Amino acid sequence: MQNNKNSSKLKMQASRIMKSKGMGSFTATLLAILLGLLFGFIVMLIASPANSFNGFLTMLTGGFGRLGDVFYFATPILMTGLSVGFAFKMGLFNIGASGQYTFGMFFALYVGMMWKLPTGIHWIACILAGMIGGMLWGFIPGLLKATMNVNEVITSIMFNYIGMYLVDMFVTNNASMYVPNLTRTGYLPTTAQLPSLGVPNSNVNVSVILAIVIAIILYIVLNKTTFGYELKATGFNKHASKYAGMNDTRNTILTMIIAGGLAGLGGAFAILAPTGITGSSMTYEPINVIAANGFNGIAVALLGSSNPVGIIFSALFVSHIQRGGTQVSSFFGYKPEIIDVVIAVIIYFSAFAMIMSSAVGRLLKKRSRKEAVKELEQTLSSEDDSLKEKTEV
Amino acid sequence: MDNYVIEMLHITKEFAGFKANDDITLQLKKGEIHALLGENGAGKSTLMSVLFGLYQAEKGKILKNGEEVTINNPNDANRLGIGMVHQHFKLVEIFTVLENIILGVEPNAMGVLQKKDARKKVIELSKQYGLQVDPDAIIENISVGMQQRVEILKMLYRNNEILIFDEPTAVLTPQEIDELIEIMRGFAKEGKSILFITHKLNEIMSVADRCTVLRKGKYMGTVEIKDTTKEELSRMMVGRDVSFKVQKDEPNIGEVLLSVKNITMPSKINKKNAVKDVSFDVKAGEIVCLAGIEGNGQSEVISAITGLERVKEGTVTLAGKDITKLNIREKTKTGLSHIPEDRHKHGLVLDYSLEENMVLQRYWQPRFQHNGFIKKKEMRDYTEGLIKQYDIRSGHGPTSSARGMSGGNQQKAIIARELDKEHELLIAVQPTRGLDVGAIEFIHKQLVATRDAGKGVLLMSFELDEVMNISDRILVMYEGEIVGELNPKDTTVQELGLYMSGAKRSRKEKGHAK
Repeated sequence: MQNNKNSSKLKMQASRIMKSKGMGSFTATLLAILLGLLFGFIVMLIASPANSFNGFLTMLTGGFGRLGDVFYFATPILMTGLSVGFAFKMGLFNIGASGQYTFGMFFALYVGMMWKLPTGIHWIACILAGMIGGMLWGFIPGLLKATMNVNEVITSIMFNYIGMYLVDMFVTNNASMYVPNLTRTGYLPTTAQLPSLGVPNSNVNVSVILAIVIAIILYIVLNKTTFGYELKATGFNKHASKYAGMNDTRNTILTMIIAGGLAGLGGAFAILAPTGITGSSMTYEPINVIAANGFNGIAVALLGSSNPVGIIFSALFVSHIQRGGTQVSSFFGYKPEIIDVVIAVIIYFSAFAMIMSSAVGRLLKKRSRKEAVKELEQTLSSEDDSLKEKTEV
Repeated sequence: MDNYVIEMLHITKEFAGFKANDDITLQLKKGEIHALLGENGAGKSTLMSVLFGLYQAEKGKILKNGEEVTINNPNDANRLGIGMVHQHFKLVEIFTVLENIILGVEPNAMGVLQKKDARKKVIELSKQYGLQVDPDAIIENISVGMQQRVEILKMLYRNNEILIFDEPTAVLTPQEIDELIEIMRGFAKEGKSILFITHKLNEIMSVADRCTVLRKGKYMGTVEIKDTTKEELSRMMVGRDVSFKVQKDEPNIGEVLLSVKNITMPSKINKKNAVKDVSFDVKAGEIVCLAGIEGNGQSEVISAITGLERVKEGTVTLAGKDITKLNIREKTKTGLSHIPEDRHKHGLVLDYSLEENMVLQRYWQPRFQHNGFIKKKEMRDYTEGLIKQYDIRSGHGPTSSARGMSGGNQQKAIIARELDKEHELLIAVQPTRGLDVGAIEFIHKQLVATRDAGKGVLLMSFELDEVMNISDRILVMYEGEIVGELNPKDTTVQELGLYMSGAKRSRKEKGHAK
């Protein structure tokens, strides 16, 4: 009996620690990542058992040798991650980050190539143009959702395609942007390129700092402002937010505009980056493919629990694994496709394990809530009486 | 000892160190109606779950006819002849009455369902006990009262001898309650034993033979009903004296505050109108109650006034201002406070903390925000004030999650929020649903105090005691119309029941009644 008591006490203490909100989601994320890594390792083991261990080690550590690139490649997915995560806080699933991202790219490219602006202002104008492009592509699904209750998942998926094909068409039809024999756009003028951070052998530029600042601003907006309060209230319980007189229509549209703007910024940051060769820059290839960075943003957002600060770290993690992966394929003879599969497995298993663990977490929370309630010797109303739920079994 | 069919001796059940049941003894005699009384959270449900095999007690034993038995799951309970009518019925909505009754014990020959014998048995049982049902009706089409009869027949079909009724009267009209009580008496006469869980003292006094009282998981004693009084029972249950009669003086009625004119609202479930051309007034300083059986249009009237649904036809005027088409925020500003029917759906953001919920209607006011930034300190101080004033209990004060609070305290929080905000009219929809007597007493006092402060109160309630005790005027709704306007002083619960069931009507719902 004594033993029993002690163990139940221990359990209670353990569950108290686990119950603290930040700790809970942090451990959940770590567990998710471990699970993802495990599955990734299994895929590598199947593909080439001999190299699997060293290969896997390189995958985990390779990124550390190229930190500049880790930050560089983290920037776009950080932005699309913020886009998805922000909309998710209001209960909207912005699966259209790819389209918004592509539109942002195009707007940024257009201003970069077609407008002549003074040095120092040009690249800023390009970034703003990218943001506006993304906002536009977020606004339309938001408007349809708010006014006609059209499911934003469906519209934004369709808008991924519409956006991608439109941009491909605009680019190929524009003689001063498109270089037909290279099937890509030309280089941006240096005035439109983002200032590099000067890390050797890396494209990392000022946008990563901007992205992190934006993430922190979003965190403040969500947690300190009335707008964030309304947004989260709507995301948690749209009936209660309606009852409280919040303007659901306006907030839905605004959220989608902001989410679109974030993804559009991601596109702008990606396309405006200078490359290692002086004078050259990133280019857009109109090859009828939806931008993968948009979808990676979903995984990044999930892995970061839609928390802007968490998303900074999850974007870095995903980017880190991707950098490590590229090294594995060049050093250990894995086919690049296999490495892509492994990366995808790691990222998506992590993200899905995240969902699963949050579902498990909710269950645990519910249980501990029941116990906590009893602990406090408080009364449960008869309709949500948890014990009655049990009786339903 | 021999005449007890079921004995639960010294039952202790712990949850993570907290004793939900602490040394509880319950002895049920053959052929008696035994009430189990206690506030919400007193441990009634836990005790019944132990009896039903859903939980295993850490200590104590269960005897059936003097022999110790182990009950590990509901099937064991069933085999021992224990049956239960849950408060929320466990019926398959799209099945017929007969299919529901035989569910789980389907008579079959080689896997082929044999309904014929089952039907005969069900019809016999329903005749024998006066439980009228149509075996072929679909559950979702029959009344709540009939659904309950189906649940009872389920127990009888399984030859259960020990029948547990979990708050069976909560959903019934007074007439249906009388019928149920007759049926229960019939069972007792047949030698069946009944456990009757409730917190309504009147029903215990009228039907039970003995009563076991629990308080905060502890056994308070078992009393013979004929030797006790309502007051004594409530003292045992709550631990202090509770006043049942709400203390209130004559209303000091002022100007018309709320004027509803010719409101028509569509139904959500069919093409008919849920509210048909309804008009009424609420004046300053009075409590007007919308009474009626659930689903007769009261909720829709409330939604029309509060703005949760768009008004199809008609106008709503509050304090001289036409608010029919205003959005909810504007209505709130005009002086409307609203304790919503569903506190989890509308009243609270459960994932928010208590303090975040306390400013749900006011976060936009300059007091709580500056340039769009929420003043956290002001929010916390404000919440702490309300916690003190309204005695809202929660684990971590203002930062407790609303989800983790008990139903009674959640409701207190909503009431505190709605009463503290500037308002002329308070709309309270089922403000005491599912709460125990202590909390009910508190809320009733608040409603009366609001009235005495010269505000108008529109109350919607299914609890007839509440309707009769609290209101200054009763409007009875039946099938979307107001069929009666009654003064609680000149009417009886029985008469009210007749109006509610549509058997009687006095008020033609035409034009504008006073």
